[in-house]
Amino acid sequence: MSSQVPSDLLYAKSHEWARLENGVATIGITDHAQHELTDIVFVELPAKGRHVKSGEACAVVESVKTASDIYSPVPGEVIETNPAVIQDPSLVNSAPYASGWFFKVRLASSEPPAELLTPQAYATQIGA
Amino acid sequence: MLKRTPLFSAHQRLGGKLIEFGGWEMPVQYTSIVDEHLCVRRAAGIFDISHMGELFVSGSGAADFLNRCLTNDIRKLAIGQGQYTLLCQENGGVVDDLYAYRLDTELYLLILNASRIDVDVAWFQARLAALPELSGTTVLDPASDRFGAFAVQGPRVVEYIDRLFPGGSQGGTSVSKPSELKKNQVAAWTVSVEAVWVARTGYTGEDGFEIIAPSGLTEALWDQALEQGRSVGQQPCGLGARDTLRTEVCFPLYGHELDEVTTPIEAGLTVFVSSDKGPFTGSEVLARQKLEGTQKRLVAFRMTEKSPPPRPGYPVWAAGAPVGIAVSGTQSPSLQNGIGLAYVPPAVAEPGTVVEIEVRGRRFAAEIVRKPLYRKVVKTP
Repeated sequence: MSSQVPSDLLYAKSHEWARLENGVATIGITDHAQHELTDIVFVELPAKGRHVKSGEACAVVESVKTASDIYSPVPGEVIETNPAVIQDPSLVNSAPYASGWFFKVRLASSEPPAELLTPQAYATQIGA
Repeated sequence: MLKRTPLFSAHQRLGGKLIEFGGWEMPVQYTSIVDEHLCVRRAAGIFDISHMGELFVSGSGAADFLNRCLTNDIRKLAIGQGQYTLLCQENGGVVDDLYAYRLDTELYLLILNASRIDVDVAWFQARLAALPELSGTTVLDPASDRFGAFAVQGPRVVEYIDRLFPGGSQGGTSVSKPSELKKNQVAAWTVSVEAVWVARTGYTGEDGFEIIAPSGLTEALWDQALEQGRSVGQQPCGLGARDTLRTEVCFPLYGHELDEVTTPIEAGLTVFVSSDKGPFTGSEVLARQKLEGTQKRLVAFRMTEKSPPPRPGYPVWAAGAPVGIAVSGTQSPSLQNGIGLAYVPPAVAEPGTVVEIEVRGRRFAAEIVRKPLYRKVVKTP
């Protein structure tokens, strides 16, 4: 099963993606992650205004079988969350890189964390 | 090293996602739990259940021996019939829950939970050794290594099952074709000179059959069932769907609803505990609990507000205090609602009682409901 790894995003080893634009990172989980979880039935997001560290567990995604923590791939302040995935968690399965995004973080620094993976490195990690 | 069933390579070919379960490497899903679940409710699904154990009990003392160990009355079984029953400790705690089939006059087959096979066999052997009047006339034959098994479940299985086992039965209940078997009946068909047992039983709340075959025949039969089931839209299903299906119909799963510190009465399985067959292991405690009631009771609940799916281990609250614990829980694919089973005190056990389920430190509204959580809509012609 080959998973999509868009070339314009950065990735965390724990299967989150980040889209960096004007000092704001939009965060979601990867196609590979949604495929592994399947049947996503519930999403819990961080409160707006929360300051998160890189690698901090701050959201939960639940499939029929299990609950999984979602880690912020970047440090900063949560400035927006996606009401659509709360309403319809299956968006995470159907459009993980588009309407299935989770939350947005205003980056604490202008440089993205060095530990984030390039699309190529993430694709290698998941064997895509 | 995890054990593998005779169907392991079949699961790999079908793209099953494999996990550890009870010491076995088993498919949890092939496509999606929800897909597979709904396919069983609407049409048909096929499940590997080879991890479950087989124990033959035979001889002139077999019926008496089993009636001294098991809670249900084995004498109710005609040849070719099966019953749900439990194996208990002296204190009433459940060693295992199982199915007992009477295959012939003095031949019984017990189907054991995968994780309990060794415990059960040792238990039966010790009990038999302690009953000198029966030990010379009862033979225990643990056969788990010699058999595989699979289940075909769903309303449309009956449309193809007769093509899988053509002709009349050659053991057990006498029928001219498998679809003539009634619920809980079992019969044998000869395949490559070996007996394959076909029982009209299952763990999904749907019509269906469980097929118990010598290991060497299991994969060929599975492949035929997969092929024949194509015409009715049958899908291979994993343990994930097996768990959500059984939870909806409130069938207990050992290690969740049942364990060594829980009795069948507490679990609401009183109808499977005989009162009039004479003493058996645990009978005194169970008779007293039947009369006096128990301090904990197994109940079904459903979430009444949007919430994360309930899970085993989540605390149950009533009137602002923690009162019990969920032992099963999931998002029901059929009901599209969070559901679960929990142990609570009798005061909280009545259907309609408002409770809360605690999830990661937050409490969400739920209510106790009558079992089963899901009822088959029966179409009248």
